[in-house]
Formats: sequence, C-alpha cells, structure tokens
Amino acid sequence: MTDWAVIERHGLTRDEYARIVSALGRDPRPTELGIFSVMWSEHCSYKSSRVHLKTLPTTGRLVLQGPGENAGAIDIGDGLAAVFKIESHNHPSFIEPYQGAATGVGGIIRDIFTMGARPIALLNSLRFGPLDDPQVRRVFAGVVAGIAGYGNSMGIPTVGGEVNIDETYAGNPLVNVFCLGIARTEEIVLAAASGAGNPVYYVGAKTGRDGIHGATMASTEFDDRSAEKRPAVQVGDPFMEKLLLEACLEVIATDTLVGIQDMGAAGLTCSTSEMGSRGAAGIQIDVALVPQREDGMTPYEIMLSESQERMLLVVKRGREAEVERIFGKWDLHAVRIGEVTTDGRMRVLSDGEVVADIPNRALTDDAPLYNRPIAEPAYLRDAQALSFAGMAAATPSEAFRQLLAAPSIASKHWVYRQYDHMVRTNTLVFPGMGAAVVRVKGTARALAMSVDGNARFVYLDPRAGTQLAVAEAARNVACTGAVPVGATNCLNFGNPERPEIMWQFAKAVEGIGVACRALDIPITGGNVSLYNETDGQAILPTPVIGVVGVLDQADRVLGRVFRSEGDVIVLLGEGHGELGGSEYLKTAHGAVLGRPPVLVLERERALQRLLVEAAAARVTRSAHDCAEGGLAITLAECCFDAGIGAEVSVPLSAGATPAAFADLATLFGESASRVIVSTAPARAQDLVRMAAAANVPAQLIGRTGGDRIRIVVEGRTLIDESLDEAEQVWSTAIEKYFVRPRAIA
Amino acid sequence: MKFAVVVFPGSNCDHDAYYAAKHVLGQEAVFVWHKDARLGGADAVILPGGFAHGDYLRTGAIARFSPVMAEVQAFAAAGGPVVGICNGFQVLLEVGLLPGAMLRNRSLKFQCEHVYTRVEQTDTPLTLACQAGQVLHLPIAHGDGNYYAEPDVLAQLERNRQVVFRYATRDGQVTDVANPNGSANNIAGLCSEARNVVGLMPHPERACELAVGSADGLALFESVVKSVAGLRTVA
Repeated sequence: MTDWAVIERHGLTRDEYARIVSALGRDPRPTELGIFSVMWSEHCSYKSSRVHLKTLPTTGRLVLQGPGENAGAIDIGDGLAAVFKIESHNHPSFIEPYQGAATGVGGIIRDIFTMGARPIALLNSLRFGPLDDPQVRRVFAGVVAGIAGYGNSMGIPTVGGEVNIDETYAGNPLVNVFCLGIARTEEIVLAAASGAGNPVYYVGAKTGRDGIHGATMASTEFDDRSAEKRPAVQVGDPFMEKLLLEACLEVIATDTLVGIQDMGAAGLTCSTSEMGSRGAAGIQIDVALVPQREDGMTPYEIMLSESQERMLLVVKRGREAEVERIFGKWDLHAVRIGEVTTDGRMRVLSDGEVVADIPNRALTDDAPLYNRPIAEPAYLRDAQALSFAGMAAATPSEAFRQLLAAPSIASKHWVYRQYDHMVRTNTLVFPGMGAAVVRVKGTARALAMSVDGNARFVYLDPRAGTQLAVAEAARNVACTGAVPVGATNCLNFGNPERPEIMWQFAKAVEGIGVACRALDIPITGGNVSLYNETDGQAILPTPVIGVVGVLDQADRVLGRVFRSEGDVIVLLGEGHGELGGSEYLKTAHGAVLGRPPVLVLERERALQRLLVEAAAARVTRSAHDCAEGGLAITLAECCFDAGIGAEVSVPLSAGATPAAFADLATLFGESASRVIVSTAPARAQDLVRMAAAANVPAQLIGRTGGDRIRIVVEGRTLIDESLDEAEQVWSTAIEKYFVRPRAIA
Repeated sequence: MKFAVVVFPGSNCDHDAYYAAKHVLGQEAVFVWHKDARLGGADAVILPGGFAHGDYLRTGAIARFSPVMAEVQAFAAAGGPVVGICNGFQVLLEVGLLPGAMLRNRSLKFQCEHVYTRVEQTDTPLTLACQAGQVLHLPIAHGDGNYYAEPDVLAQLERNRQVVFRYATRDGQVTDVANPNGSANNIAGLCSEARNVVGLMPHPERACELAVGSADGLALFESVVKSVAGLRTVA
C-alpha cells in the first residue's frame, strides 16, 4: 500500500512518485525513496529552472569548461585556467547564520579544488533586512563572522563583494559565495567515474546525522516553524577542509585519479549518481564501509547525510597505494567503499544486502523537468509608473548625506576588516576599492572579479535589470583595466510555483543571455536558489552576476580612488537623469518605482573597451563605475580613502524628470554606462582622442584637489561638503550599528 | 642562506613566507613538514602564520607537540635564528621559547588591516638592518593577538629589552589608539633573552612588495640574511 503522507513528507508529488515507480518498475525501497527525494528536489535537479538556463550562452573561445561540472573554467593564458563559481547558502544562513555561511564558503571552495585548482580568492554577495532590526543585526554579524571564520582558516583571501539592504530580506537573507582558483589547464580534473573495476574512495570527515534533507529544506519556503529545521544545518570544520584541500591537490598532481567530486547537497547520493552519470558508468558502494560518526545509522541516513568536508574519489586501479600514502601524510583516511561498474546504475549495499538499485539517469538527466506557467506580476504596471506625486524633493545636501549613510552605499570596512584579504600575497586591489584584483604569481597577469546585482532594477523590469547587472559587473572589472572573459550567476528568487515569480525568473534569465552575448562573456556555471520566501512574502528577485576579467599587465591595474591633486576628472558616458529604481528614491522616499535606466549594450561594450585600452596605455590613473547614488556619490567615493577632494561642473541632465527633481536626477540618477576616471593633465587630451575614436562621450568635468567635494550644475553649486565630514558619515554608518554600548561612568 | 619554513597542518602563510624568502629575496628556502625531525640544514627557521591543527583549542597549543618542535627548540638553544609570525608567534609562546600568552583581540573580532609598528630593538636577527625607532607599515591578520603577561614578566621583558616591536602611530607614538588588539604595553613582537628567537603578530612576509600594499617587511627578511652572514663570519 502506498503511504501518501510519507511521500509528501519527502517533498514529492503523486505524479513524481508515479515516475519513480515507472523508472524502477516497482515501488521504491525506503532508502530509494530518500534518494529520489533529494535528487529530484529543486536544489539538486533544477527542475523549474533548467528549461530557461539552457538558453544562456555557455561557450566561447576561452571556455575550457562550461556548466555541468563542479565549476567552470576559462583559459587565462600561460597554460593556466581560472576556475570559478558562485553558490548560495541562503536558507541555512537564516536558520543558523554563522554555520550556514561558513559551510557555504566550505562548499564553494570544495567545488573549486576538486577541479584541480588552487583556490586563491573568495568574494561574497550578501543581502539583509534593515539594520535597525536587532534580529537582522544578529544574522548580519553571524554571517560575516561565519564567512571570516571559514575563509580565514583556509588561508584563502576574501577579497571583495557587496552588501545590500532591503526589507524583503529581513526573514530571508541571501548569502552568495564566489570562489576562484587557478589550475594548469592540462591538470583540470572532472567529476566523472569511468573504467569498470576502478575503486571508489571516501575521504574526509566521518558521516553523521547532520544535514539530512538539507537539499529538501532549501526547496521549500520558510514559515514560523523554520527554526525547527535547525538540525538540517551542518557544522563546518575548516581545519578538516584545509587538510582535504592540500591532500587532494597533492593527489591530483600525481595523475592517479579518474575523477573526484565533493559531497555537498545530498551528500553521498548526489556524488555517486552524478559521477556515474557523467562517465556513463555505474557505481556500487557498501554503506557499511562508510566511516560513521555515530552508531546505528541506517543506510537511508548515511546516503542522505550532508556532513561537511567529505570527498568521493575514483582512483585508477593499481594506484591505490600512492593515493592512500598521500592522504595518510595529512592524517586523513581514504577508505575504499565501492567500485565503478558498467551497468549505469547506482547500487547501494548495506553489509552486502542491496538497499538501493537505481538507474543513474533516472536521478540526473531524466529527473523531472517543468516548464512552469508564467504570468506578468500584478504589481508591475503601478510600480513602473513613477509620478513623483506626493514626494517632497530633498535638498541636494540632505540627500547627499543621507545616501552616504545608506548601508548599501556606506563603507563596508566593518565587514571586510574581519576577512583576511591579504593572505597568499596576491591582492592588488583591496576590498572596497573597486573590483577585486589578484595577481597570478609566475606570470605578468592579474585577474579582476566583481559580483553585482541590483535587485530593485530586476523587480521593476527583470529583463532590463539583469542586463544592467551583467553590464555593471563587467564594467567594474573593466575599470581595473581587465578584459571581462567569463561569468557565473547566482539566481535568487521566490517560489517558482507562483506564475509571477516564474515570470520574473524567465525574463531575468533572458536578460542575462542578451547581455552576455552582446558583451561576449559566456556563463560557465552557477547556481539557482528558489523558494526564498518567508510567510508568503518573496524577496526582491535577486540575480547576482560574477564576472572575471584578465589583466595582461598586472602593473597597470587601476583602483577607484584619485591618485594625486590637480588631476583632470573626466566623465565617460552620459547621464540621462534617470531616477527609476534609484537608491535616492529608496532612501529618501522609501519608494521602489519607475523603470530602470536604459542600457545600450553597444555603448557599454565600447566604454569597456576604452577603459581597458586607456588603462593599458597608462592614460587613466583611476576609474570608478557610477552606480548606486549616481554621479555625486561616485565622485565622493573617488575622494574617500585618498584624502583628495574634487570640484566638478556638469550640465543639467534631467531627462524627463519633473523640474522639482531635476537637480536631484542630475546628481543621483543612476544612468548606465558611466565611469568617472582621472588623468594627469598632460594626458587629458590623449584620453579625449581615444574616447572619440571609441565613440564614447567624454566630458572634462573638473579637477582633483582640496579638502572639499564640490559639484556645480549649470553654474549653481549644489554640493559643497567637507571631505572629512562626508567621509566620516560614509565610513561609520554601518559600524555604528554594531558598536557595543559602553558602560556609563 | 637557507630558510626553513615549517608546515603544520593548518598553516596557511607558509607559501607566503617561502615566496618572500625565495622569490623576493632570492635566498634558498625549503618547506619542512611538521612530522619531520630534521630542519634540512637551514640557517634560519620560520614558523609561519595560519591555524595550526585548526587552533580549536588554544592557538598553538597542539602545534607545540609536533615532532619538528623538538628540533626547533634544539636549533634555538644552539643560537640559531627562529622567527615566529602570527600563529608561529603563538606557537613560540606555547612551547615556552617566549613568555606570555595571547588573548582574544579586545574587539572580539578577527582583524585584517595595515598597522604601524615601531622597531624597539635592533640587536635581533629580525631587526639588524632596521633603525631603532623606525616605523614599519605592516599588515596584521588575527583574532587572538592581544598579548598578555603577568606584570612582573612584563617588567622583566622591558628591563631585558626583549620588546622588539610595538604598535604605534604613523609618526612613532605609542598610544592606545594605535594599539589594534589591546596588547599589553602595545607589544607587537618579542625576542628571547638570548635574542635569537623572535615572535611577532604582524606579517612581514605580506609586506615585501609595494604592489601588495607595503614593502616595509623586506627590511626584516634582509636582517635575517645579514645576521646569518654575520654568524658565519664569526664561525
């Protein structure tokens, strides 16, 4: 008799259950039901998203490995590859912030080193609710500490990232973690099993009861009983992972492996079925051989455990002793738990008795695929109409100070001071100074990387919003002088079973494809996180794009800040006074309204080429992208940390904005494809010539120097602030939420 | 000369120390695994930064039992230069080659940033090439760098001129504001009574090239080279 209650608890529908019966030709055994449940979860199967993801551009001249493996890989020259990916750990981080974030870092690091790459940089993209809520502060502080705790112990620098704030993340924070590693191209290892009779090894931490059904948890919404799911969050052990990292890289260099995969979501189940499926082979294991942390674990529990810091290896037959010797050196036990077979099945024994016997394809390629219904959300039309009715325009000075203190704009020094961002001595551009840049030792090159995503823009127009996100991440990379060469994405959305959420998702993916094609930046992998809802309230749709670029001459790298007094300030690109979706509207009026700025991808591409060319020719001395807060905030950010003021004069660029808001639109509008650069006076005309040849508008708007930030529009001084005071507001805005109250004397 | 960089499981600044010695200074450098009982004929030993054995107990508390430490102690007893950086300093405290202990930073947080450090003594192998009072711009990266010792021990350290580095302002003033972690007497680094064992929390190996933020650490590595050359001349 079929127990529907049990099936429902496994997150499976009746239709899905019928498919299982048909794939097996019988009812599943209990362990098999558990295996199908996790492998067919949204988290592992991408069943709602796959039809859309397939439309993304994933190939290119430099792509060595696209989606489908542990991570993507791009050829960066000198026989080396950049191996990178971004992944979310949202749900666990809400339930247990420190461990949720820490294990997210651990997971993405394993994805990189299993490819045979030495991880050299971490970035993260974080979203939280408003910081005046003590619960939000607890989650924020816990997440940052967790990222620091894990990354610092691993000796992998956390070199950059972004933090944004919105009410919709209060009950559903986002923790997206990006890792990049370097591999010799010929040493890249894939996660495929092949060669009948080759032994399958288990290495790393013992298997416990932690994290069972973590993948299933990540595939449902939150409600007031979410705290009960705490046991489904795992505890990280960065020391164990550090040993695994060093030992695995040492083993990989000996060419003794056929394939290797980490045990992340769905643990042993996912690694065995995916490795078998990729290699068109089967794998047979005996769970009784799996090292266990506690007594009496059932095959079901062993197969579904998400205990951290575990790897599955397929070793070339005859090379076992070499592999075991290296793991032994690191005090790790490599245990043989099974072997590769030819029948394409995942067969699990328990002391010799079969507890699961499933065709691999049924769990992977033949998993359910849904083309879920989509419908334009009802909110859209009203939200896109921006009337300014009932809004009282702030004074420029008020708005300037308010924006400097907005947590999305303010200095994140409090955050990244907790991250070791210098270990490995490669960091050329420090966190908060623009896109992160790390040099590649042994070459003249460096790699730049940036993670970006403006969720308000995506909420107001998903297709346009993601194009802006791709453009911004690539622009940030180009500002350093690097050529953007590849991207990864992390797509955080609400419940895909709601047609309006699925519409946001479909349009957002469409936009990513359009921009990546136009800018020639293939997507080499990524991650989808759905069901980001609490009590029926979805987050803002938040796709995060990570772009990687190559800088041929590391010594030409540029950062955001002005370099010396008396330099000429040049605005590349044009403002159109677009306040739609802006940080100004959100901060000053609490409004998420209007249409996102217009992006012309051809112009964007020309701008990015110019930035790279000008940096290589040493014509520019600094470059900073105009994003949240527009021209005024961007100019201020060029002055901060440099101790150099600036005075600029620009024309009114209000576009269609009503007169009362025209000045504000000029100062704080977030028109796309704009960058503030500085250049030595002797090179200013070279820059103007290069810009003209590239067909990029370039205006000489002022000079660096002094101790004030002054912005004149059409002859009227709208901003005239002390640099020190402005910097004080900007640099302390986040920190002050976390300063512990001092005892009253 | 030859540097030995000890690798404990969990060390993570081992590659950086090796790179500084070998590729920036152009000296010979070897890694020595913590289970090895020999230092490979090295002229100077570096205990690098990191989280030896995970540091889940007290920092450095397990590393002191690693087989290589007996050899490091013998090398130190024979007058060989031993430098402990960050976690390496913590290991030197645990093994008793230097006095005192590390508490958590007074911020209760891990801190990674550049600080100013004043050179107090120039008769150690790590500071031979420096000027007394010279201010170095060096990174710190630690959660437990708040140096503590009993008052009588502190007094003795001061009397014996064993405080080699102090946190200071850019112009060399030793103030509380310049103290990043709450260390007693702003102590950033110490030497042994015999002066050949030096531990410090800042990371000179991260400050050997301007491209990565500072080259002020180079003088410390050059000091070791000079001191080894001096030892050879004497021998």
